[in-house]
Amino acid sequence: MAQFFHKSANNIARISMVAVVILAGVAGYVYTQVARSSYLTGRFIEKQQPVQFSHKHHSGDDGIDCRYCHSTVETTASAGMPPTQTCMNCHNQLWADSPYLEPVRASFRENKPIEWERVHDLPEYAYFNHSIHVNKGVGCASCHGDISNMPAVYQANTLQMEWCLSCHRDPAPNIRPAAEIYNTSWSPSEMTPEQKVEVDEKIKNLRSSEMLTSCSTCHR
Amino acid sequence: MPSKDNNENFASLREQILAQNGKDYWRSVEEYVDAPEFADFVKREYPSHAEEWDSSLSRRNFLKVMGASLALAGLSGCVIQPAEKIIPYVRQDEQLLPGKPLFFATAMTVGGIANGLLAKSYDGRPIKIEGNPQHPGSLGSTDVLSQAALLQMYDPDRSQEVTFRGDPTTWQNFMTQIRATVEGNRADGGAGVRFLTETVTSPTLTAQFRQLAAELPNSRWIQYEPLNNDSATMGARMAFGAPVNTVYRYDLAERIVTLDNDIFSGFNVRYMKDFAKKRALTEANQEINRLYAVETTMSLTGAKADHRLAIKPSQLSEVAKAIAAAVGVSGAAATGLSGEATQWINSMARDLQAFRGRSIVSAGSSASPTVHALAHAINGALGNVGQTVLYTEPLSPFAEKTQVEQLRELIADIDAGRVKMLVILGGNPVYNTPVDLKLNADRLNKIQTRVHLGMYADETAEHCQWHISQKHFLETWSDARAFDGTISIVQPLIDPLYESKSIHEVVQVLFRENYDKKDYDIVREFWQGQNINTAAPRNPATATAAATAASQSSAAGAAPTTANSASAATTTGNNSTVQQNSGAAATVATPASTNSSAASSNAFEDTWRKIVHDGFVPNSAAATRNVSATTAFLSQPEVKPTGGELEISIKADPTVYDGRFANNGWLQELPKPLTKITWDNVALISPRTAEKYQLNRDRQYNEYTGGEEGTSFVNTKGGNLFSDLVKLNFQGTEIQKDVPIWIAPGQPDDVVTIFTGYGRTRAGRVGTGLGYNAFDVYRSDMPSYGTGKLSKLETQTTIASTQTHFNMEGRDILRVFDVDVFKANPQMGHQPDHYDESMYPRFNYNGNKWGMTVDLNNCVGCNACVIACQSENNIPVVGKEQIERSREMHWLRIDTYFSGDDINNPKGPHFQPMLCQHCEQAPCEPVCPVHATVHSAEGLNDMVYNRCVGTRYCSNNCPYKVRRFNFLLYQDWETPQYKLMRNPEVSVRSRGVMEKCTFCTQRIAAARIEAEKDKRDIRDGEILTACQAACPTDVFTFGDLNDPNSLVSKHKNNQRSYAVLNELNTQPRTTYLASLKNQNKEMPDYKALEVPKTHTPETKTEAGETTEAEH
Repeated sequence: MAQFFHKSANNIARISMVAVVILAGVAGYVYTQVARSSYLTGRFIEKQQPVQFSHKHHSGDDGIDCRYCHSTVETTASAGMPPTQTCMNCHNQLWADSPYLEPVRASFRENKPIEWERVHDLPEYAYFNHSIHVNKGVGCASCHGDISNMPAVYQANTLQMEWCLSCHRDPAPNIRPAAEIYNTSWSPSEMTPEQKVEVDEKIKNLRSSEMLTSCSTCHR
Repeated sequence: MPSKDNNENFASLREQILAQNGKDYWRSVEEYVDAPEFADFVKREYPSHAEEWDSSLSRRNFLKVMGASLALAGLSGCVIQPAEKIIPYVRQDEQLLPGKPLFFATAMTVGGIANGLLAKSYDGRPIKIEGNPQHPGSLGSTDVLSQAALLQMYDPDRSQEVTFRGDPTTWQNFMTQIRATVEGNRADGGAGVRFLTETVTSPTLTAQFRQLAAELPNSRWIQYEPLNNDSATMGARMAFGAPVNTVYRYDLAERIVTLDNDIFSGFNVRYMKDFAKKRALTEANQEINRLYAVETTMSLTGAKADHRLAIKPSQLSEVAKAIAAAVGVSGAAATGLSGEATQWINSMARDLQAFRGRSIVSAGSSASPTVHALAHAINGALGNVGQTVLYTEPLSPFAEKTQVEQLRELIADIDAGRVKMLVILGGNPVYNTPVDLKLNADRLNKIQTRVHLGMYADETAEHCQWHISQKHFLETWSDARAFDGTISIVQPLIDPLYESKSIHEVVQVLFRENYDKKDYDIVREFWQGQNINTAAPRNPATATAAATAASQSSAAGAAPTTANSASAATTTGNNSTVQQNSGAAATVATPASTNSSAASSNAFEDTWRKIVHDGFVPNSAAATRNVSATTAFLSQPEVKPTGGELEISIKADPTVYDGRFANNGWLQELPKPLTKITWDNVALISPRTAEKYQLNRDRQYNEYTGGEEGTSFVNTKGGNLFSDLVKLNFQGTEIQKDVPIWIAPGQPDDVVTIFTGYGRTRAGRVGTGLGYNAFDVYRSDMPSYGTGKLSKLETQTTIASTQTHFNMEGRDILRVFDVDVFKANPQMGHQPDHYDESMYPRFNYNGNKWGMTVDLNNCVGCNACVIACQSENNIPVVGKEQIERSREMHWLRIDTYFSGDDINNPKGPHFQPMLCQHCEQAPCEPVCPVHATVHSAEGLNDMVYNRCVGTRYCSNNCPYKVRRFNFLLYQDWETPQYKLMRNPEVSVRSRGVMEKCTFCTQRIAAARIEAEKDKRDIRDGEILTACQAACPTDVFTFGDLNDPNSLVSKHKNNQRSYAVLNELNTQPRTTYLASLKNQNKEMPDYKALEVPKTHTPETKTEAGETTEAEH
């Protein structure tokens, strides 16, 4: 009985076995890269907002504290979005006639909220609490990047679970002195010796990484 | 017993488990008789149908769908989240912090009696109900109905607008037209105008009706609801000549006798709490109370009782007479009681006499007036009055007239054509009026103008031209009185979801002027006129019994005019408060003669804010009354129903009550205590009666999976629960629908118990068409029981009962000790520790180590925890058909175990709340292929919904059967109302995901974050799980096991503490405290509880002691 396959078929079989392994590896790598890409995470993408609000101008140049608008960041899970009232505190005097601010004035006039586009969006099953992070010494910039220098806010990090866990496994590098929490352009290299003592004390009081990485810490 | 020198292997472990397999406790009739189907039933992880595919999808389609979803499976991780918007306020309220819940005091009334609540508001939406710790009626706990009230508020089937002859119209339109009608009736003083409400205790509403009575002096106000206090009223009339409100002090009572009075499902949280306080065996309380229950059907009280006497309803008054005779009430003599019952009563009476002034004899609302009067006389003879039994003014106006008498006058007026306008304010009289006084369509059509205010467009709305959507209490400003008369403020949590109006607003419309007012203004202005700074208003009715008697003779149903008004009553003084348990300080008292107008509006504002904040008016309990019972009534002959072969007793349904909660899915799906039936009402009969009528007897041999024909009387067949249908005839009237029969251990022979609340025709999409309607036969002249006939039909129906689901096969699960035996030998419950024998590594817990204890001695099986858990954790309702497949989703269930060897007269039953045990060595964890269930660093057995792929291995491996699987998409993702209702702190689970008790991890996280921010440890008692917060009897204790001073640690060291299925070495974090029975050795039914051999300590000497202690 004649052979069905030519001898070279053996080589094809061998090569294809190797190729499958390599292709699977490549496919896996591509998958992870695609999944982390800004296309899927929304990272670095600036969103068009109903009002061209610049954090760089308000926070960076004018030096308004983050907490003036995000007033509940130290007390509740949500940092808080400022009501139109907060904008009007200043803008009924400053730039009171600017066409840029018409949506704000309209909102105040008609008692209709401004609908902002959400930039940082965690899934509903992840329960993030701003107040505990801020109280423990995690600065705004650790998650949100250098907001004070962003004319339009974009998402500076992937906000994926592996990114959350990278800090929950080892939070020490992201702990900063209380005075610098809201300073988004601060870097650890600027730390004074007194601040170092403060930060070390804070790190010592953190919960263990086992506790921080328990599922129920973030998921309920 | 395993010991160190015993080479353990699987065989010996198995042997050990099997050796314990004595049938000390059984949960259902099927288990008791060892029905072959039952054996088959328990072998499966889920009952036979649980894992079958829903037949609506064919196999071919299933493969198609599966193929498609497999192809797309990999892509699900790549979905970009849809863009979301952030919508802040324009002007933000100072207190409204996003993501921070607020609590507001309010109150819910059932039968006119208010229970103080705290409602949790999340971003302006009420999402959970808790008890108000300062309110005397709640003391921080809640009952089933108030927990479930939340779902009712968000019920999408509620009526949503004003309708005229079924067509939508406007409130403005209604006001114009109804005011024109009222104007037309003013000429004759409103002689043709009738108002029909349910029981009213609201001072504001009473004042409004008083004003109406002044404007329309010939109009009449009728109060009627089917589950009322009539027999108590009549009983008080017989004993004292005037109605009273009875307040019991169960916290002071050593001996308690109930005469068909179910104190644990009467929705009086305070009584349950007080009972549990005296039931607990603590350092301070070494003598626990003893409960005797005389009852006509097995109730929660009978289950908890140390001695229980099951009697026919007709015998109840004889039993009461016998007790009265035995404790020395003159003129009382019993007839027709069996020797055993007499002996039972006499032994009990001796016990009662030993505790004079520290006992309570109470009669239930279904007991006859004579029994109530006798209970008053007995309490008088035992010196309890003034000690454990207090009499106060009646809580609702016109209490001297029973509701049935009021209704009878109304029906007579309608029949005589004297009624031109009927305003029905709440309630559903077309459905629930007695059959001899039925407010049916014929009668209603004789009335020109008919107005109905109700939450649903129900049976009554159908026959009224005007229907006005009623506000839920969480949308309403109102007030009401608690069980002791304390005035409670009802505060809204949310703007009305629909175009609804409150009862105050509708009554106001009929006023001559100021008719268009919001309920807030009505209630506030009423209290402004009450001078509550000085003295809390008494019950407006009267101050003395004599005055009541006077008004009784004068008031022919009409509201008394201003002579008796509340403001006049306030001047009677403030020195007769009954009891004040709240810590709230009363405002500074000024002399009572100062008039309300003198008080500045600022001072009132402060007071008003305070009472709204606290939820009640301090020191406003009803005034006590000095009355003593006469026994002249004993000479009057008692009329008892005669004829018929059976006695039929009508009881309130333990979950849907009188039908007002029929459209509440949580309550429909809540397994009813004892029978564990969901979505239906049945008729209960005893096993002996079932045999007599050949009911629920397996006849079809072919449907057997083994065993012989006709060996068993069971409620199950072929794995499904079924029941024979019968026709029930009560006093000559037949229940229209066929009635399913259920064999209930502990039911007296030849007594059928039927339940109200079902057979609704216009309840809504949940409640319509379920069950039979007991109001078909309910009669005003024999409201609680009558005689009747039963004829068997050759048809059957399926019943969804969870009693046989998730069975644990009679191992050492439930422990009940005699209190004397336990006190003599506290070591009897010792369990050997197998911890080291595990091959899995031990976790180290450096921080908190959460644990829970469940005190079975306190548990009365009331179910409040089950609904609290459902509400807190967004647990879906699955429906009857899914329950039949054993797919209920309750994370927390209450197992009911009967005991004893006589199914007709069982011991117990005992209740055991069963929830995830959070095992240290959790069997579910190693079997999960995707790590969806893992241990947390604080010892919780975490369930990660997003990882779960639905293999159900964990559930298969769980020895406690506490894991629940979303076989289908049970959550309603579409209905907007339900979106508002859900707890935003808990993930909403989808199809194909396993779920289970999380120890309320969201509450732990919230407390942890607050503690960490304050740089302190979490305080003991800071975290209350939902079940713990709701529980009226403090069954659950949750806390840190690493803290030796925490209450939970102390409970774990209690000698009653034990772990369920300890031999499996799962090391559960949830452990139980054994239940105790305080039996009276002199009672004829005394039987020492067996000390199971598993409870015998290992060493021989101790074992010897145990045996001695037993005898």
